[in-house]
Amino acid sequence: MTDQKLYPTADQTVGPYYAIGMEYPHSEELVPHGSAGSIVLSGYVYDGNGAPVPDAVVEIWQTDADGNVPAVSGGINRRADSFSGFGRSGSDDEGYYQFTTVLPAPTEPGKPAFFAVAVFARGLLARLHTRIYVPGPALADDPFLTRLGDRAATLIATEVPGGLRHDIRLQGEKETVFLAYN
Amino acid sequence: MAQLEAEPPVVLPDDPSGGAEVQVDYPGYRSTRWRVAERPLVTLPEEFHALDGPVFGDDAIGQFDNDLTRQHPGEPIGERIIVTGRVLDDDGRPIGGTLVEIWQANAGGRYRQKKERHPAPLDPNFNGVGRVLTDADGTYTFVTIKPGPYPWPNHQNAWRPAHIHFSVFGNQFTERMVTQMYFPGDPLMPLDPIFQSITSAKGQKSLIADYDHDVSVPDWALGYRWDIVLNGSNRTWFESVDGPEEEH
Repeated sequence: MTDQKLYPTADQTVGPYYAIGMEYPHSEELVPHGSAGSIVLSGYVYDGNGAPVPDAVVEIWQTDADGNVPAVSGGINRRADSFSGFGRSGSDDEGYYQFTTVLPAPTEPGKPAFFAVAVFARGLLARLHTRIYVPGPALADDPFLTRLGDRAATLIATEVPGGLRHDIRLQGEKETVFLAYN
Repeated sequence: MAQLEAEPPVVLPDDPSGGAEVQVDYPGYRSTRWRVAERPLVTLPEEFHALDGPVFGDDAIGQFDNDLTRQHPGEPIGERIIVTGRVLDDDGRPIGGTLVEIWQANAGGRYRQKKERHPAPLDPNFNGVGRVLTDADGTYTFVTIKPGPYPWPNHQNAWRPAHIHFSVFGNQFTERMVTQMYFPGDPLMPLDPIFQSITSAKGQKSLIADYDHDVSVPDWALGYRWDIVLNGSNRTWFESVDGPEEEH
């Protein structure tokens, strides 16, 4: 950091009423539900008491099925002819979030495939960034996951029929790994 | 921690230079209690980022999405305002073509949301929701109504200062952030635990718009200017750019 850097704008919570500004039709459907090649990525968001978080926003940003980083619009108004890579799901009363999407492929062969994830909620004064890794042999050699030791498990999805299951724990013994960047 | 420091710097230990910019466990904001992460953020080195985007285009924006006073047949009640500014990275470069979403209470302090219990009237001509793409120099502009303060159940006689929620994307997903814009001179800011969770004077100032008479339009609307500086490091609460902050 140098003195020339501008002072960054501080984060604030998304609050309890985010839905009026952030909900839009098909926000959680990166591809149409049930379409060929689609998977469901779903799970629950829990607080430090193990209680569901009913007012979280989970956002994903991902590569397409060929490992390309999408550079086309369509994250708001969904398009049948292209894949935007962006999705947003508000959790329900059980803390459940769900996306219909395609399995992301790695940007380079042999590297892990993952969803980049942002989490917002009432009570979170700043954004949380995390990842959901697609399970597979590529994870074993990944230097970042290896360094996390036991906590790496909090970033790796579980294969279930029709897709992937992944829970996010904001606090507590199995707290999800949340990320900073350098 | 010593073990980690001896290895390549993949996992950063809790930074003792701390000095929270956003004190994410601010106890005055009760909802943090069971939701704030207790472990330090883990630093992901740049070579693992790899995901520019997402990209949003004009198809994301409807005709009156950035004019919240023209989304209904009639005009909303309240003080018409213009809120404009630029979205920049921390090197001062404009971030053009990025999506900015806003939501807010109406002039009476009421959100159009079913969970909302404040007994102030809804305005049939105001949703309180807007969306815009920044232009090439990073500029966004909204026309809206100044939101009212409203009570909330955090503590006895708790009132949120007037604010507009902002959701901003930036060039990379690492820059993704959500925040709130406040209005200058609001007497509720010193009493508000959400605003006070920003522990430096500069950080607090970063959330307060300036009244800008050059933005005001005669006989029509008052103007506010608020720039948004994105920092992809997601570590703003660990680092103070200009050294120690004054006490406040």
